Amino acid sequence: MTRKQKRLAVIGGAMVFLALASGLTLYALGQKTSYFYMPAELVAAQIEPGQRIRLGGLVEKGTVLRGEGQDISFSVTDQVGSVTVAYSGILPDLFREEQGVVTEGTLRQDGVFVADSVLAKHDENYMPKEVADGLKATGLWQDED
Amino acid sequence: MIVETGHFALVLAFALALVQFAVPLVGARTGDARLMAVGGPAAVAGFALVVLSFFALTAAYVQSDFSVANVWENSHSLKPMLYKVTGVWGNHEGSMLLWVLILTFFGALVAWFSGNLPATLRANVLSIQGLIGAAFLLFIFATSNPFARINPAPIEGRDLNPILQDIGLAVHPPLLYLGYVGFSVCFSFAVAALIEGRIDAAWARWVRPWTLAAWIFLTGGIAMGSYWAYYELGWGGWWFWDPVENASFLPWLSGTALLHSAIVMEKRSALKIWTLLLAILTFSLSLLGTFLVRSGVLTSVHAFATDPSRGLFILAILVFFIGGSLSLFALRASSLTQGGLFQPISREGALVLNNLFLTTATATVLIGTLYPLLVEAVTGDKISVGAPFFNMTFVPLVVPLLLAVPFGPLLAWKRGDLAGVAQRLFGTAGGALLAVMIALFFIDGTGVLAALGIGLAVWLMLGAVTDLALKAGIGNVGARVAVRRFVGLPRSVFGTALAHFGLGITTLGIVAVISLEIEEIAVMRPGDTLTAAGYTLRFEEISPYRGPNYTEDQGRFVYFDAAGRRVGEIVSSKRLYTARQMPTTEAGIATRGFSQLYVSLGDPTADGGVVVRVWWKPLVLLIWLGGVVMMAGGTVSLLDRRLRIGAPAARRERVARPAEAAAE
Repeated sequence: MTRKQKRLAVIGGAMVFLALASGLTLYALGQKTSYFYMPAELVAAQIEPGQRIRLGGLVEKGTVLRGEGQDISFSVTDQVGSVTVAYSGILPDLFREEQGVVTEGTLRQDGVFVADSVLAKHDENYMPKEVADGLKATGLWQDED
Repeated sequence: MIVETGHFALVLAFALALVQFAVPLVGARTGDARLMAVGGPAAVAGFALVVLSFFALTAAYVQSDFSVANVWENSHSLKPMLYKVTGVWGNHEGSMLLWVLILTFFGALVAWFSGNLPATLRANVLSIQGLIGAAFLLFIFATSNPFARINPAPIEGRDLNPILQDIGLAVHPPLLYLGYVGFSVCFSFAVAALIEGRIDAAWARWVRPWTLAAWIFLTGGIAMGSYWAYYELGWGGWWFWDPVENASFLPWLSGTALLHSAIVMEKRSALKIWTLLLAILTFSLSLLGTFLVRSGVLTSVHAFATDPSRGLFILAILVFFIGGSLSLFALRASSLTQGGLFQPISREGALVLNNLFLTTATATVLIGTLYPLLVEAVTGDKISVGAPFFNMTFVPLVVPLLLAVPFGPLLAWKRGDLAGVAQRLFGTAGGALLAVMIALFFIDGTGVLAALGIGLAVWLMLGAVTDLALKAGIGNVGARVAVRRFVGLPRSVFGTALAHFGLGITTLGIVAVISLEIEEIAVMRPGDTLTAAGYTLRFEEISPYRGPNYTEDQGRFVYFDAAGRRVGEIVSSKRLYTARQMPTTEAGIATRGFSQLYVSLGDPTADGGVVVRVWWKPLVLLIWLGGVVMMAGGTVSLLDRRLRIGAPAARRERVARPAEAAAE
């Protein structure tokens, strides 16, 4: 092989590699990302059972029920719609009624959202960004200051 | 008074940074040695002023001077002294001051240790360093003044975010910033080379120690941050692919690539333009990380109270430095001479492969981190890119790279013999295969993937040992000759082997935790027991406890091994920080060898029990231990005679050697 051919082979190899990597990235972006919904949007949206999504809003007052062991259910609301969430595990330290949460999981046939992770805000100055934006969009945002 | 002194010192530092930028730059252009000489003293004086300013803020924290808004917002008179000091950078304003402190520190280091550089290069490097300092000092004045006063002064402060009240805050941010900001020196060197339009192998030799130093600190900062999150947040996770974690991981990946490409440039004078570009990109990624953390555009566990004006300001700095340096690169890069031809199968070829994989991995992580921003800007949809995305893209990129690692150091420069190297790695491959078999056979329920992962880790570790053994000629020459050769190997060879060995250790820890972790959740009442991974945990009691600025419910557990012997006690608690009324989970952790038993308390249940979550984390400590070994590798490499400042020392040593031999 001449020098030029060799260089072409190396560059070609690198290109093939980059193409594979971009293909994988694009595929993963399509498959492995999850959309964020507020309760009212979720009620209206068509979601296939089994599709992973994130649901955020405020924990509705008086809906937190502790069942057997570590099973917990609560409702997430944006004051327009409300979705019941079933979760099994330990809730974050700052999980409280009427506070912002983001949950991730799948929607069950009966409309209950089965969450496998629940995130709450990390200090009192901080509201999950998606929830804050969602509440601002529906005009229900109350500035704490 | 001291607070005003600090503020004033910072203003002076800003003025001096402008001088440090302008005067040496003009001097280098006109060839005026006196103007060029201004850079060094300006950098040192600027550093001294920022130190003064930093001490002033620290003094305000130590004295709990709540008339300073920043102290009032983030401190409390009852807070332990350690957290009063570390609290200085446990908030946005103070951490920016730390950022600038470290930036000027590196500027002063350049001034001190660059005596042997060509005068114009030195002047240009210090000038760019001064410009970066000026930009960030301006940012502090415009949006984040840590010295702002409030009147009347409140009697008590609002306390520091409890999650930050930990020894981790003393170590993690300073280490991380030393890494982040350390890459600014590489950036300044790259821009200076572009301004001069000249770059050679000597340039790589000057840049490599700075890259190594920054990389060592960044490695430590990331490892420390990961361990901190692991024990403090109480979820038992050590890496969340959180945007802010990615922000620190991105410069690490491209910095690692830079470290390797600089070797090629130094030894073979090839890959010049590429190395220059990597130096620019690595610091650009550091700036991007700063922007992502400060602007709050992404949801993250690192929630600084955010302010849109800050985000915009940093975005402007980002655009200015990245845009400016890349434009300069586009203009000048073509005029730089290329050199050093090599075959695809060679040490250079292996290092190019390393760079290809590392930069592609960097790009993947970058895309995953920024994609939600892009989608929201274009369609308004909110999406999240989490661990599943990174596992699918990052892992397949890294595994082939790890497989290739043992080959690299064994290949010859210019033209390598792949078959010969493969033959010499026969024993290593055999060892790795044996590890796979043992894992499959002995560890119950281990999947094939886990066993292969363990094999990969062993392959890396054995490969590093093989590299050293082969270079010393063990097996080929007599034992005495081999020992003498081994001792005589350059430190950089030891550094490489150590760092690659550390990579293997981390890989082993990650594979073990991901595939062999055991998690149990149960509702427990005093006297109840729970068994996980052969250990039986008995819940003793829950009792109240009062700390200096918190109250907590401590759950006491006793644990027994498989034979029923009592091993020790674990205390796990739910803590409430009184000033902020903020609860935290303090996990109870028992260390057994490199593995840990991790106990986290949940909420009490209606029937008098408490939810308890127990993890068995096999070999989890190896994840961070590997990081420490990588740092050690970097340090050994940094001490290589070749890189030591003051090259004449080498000559003296060579002269000294026969005398030593005579003494024996």
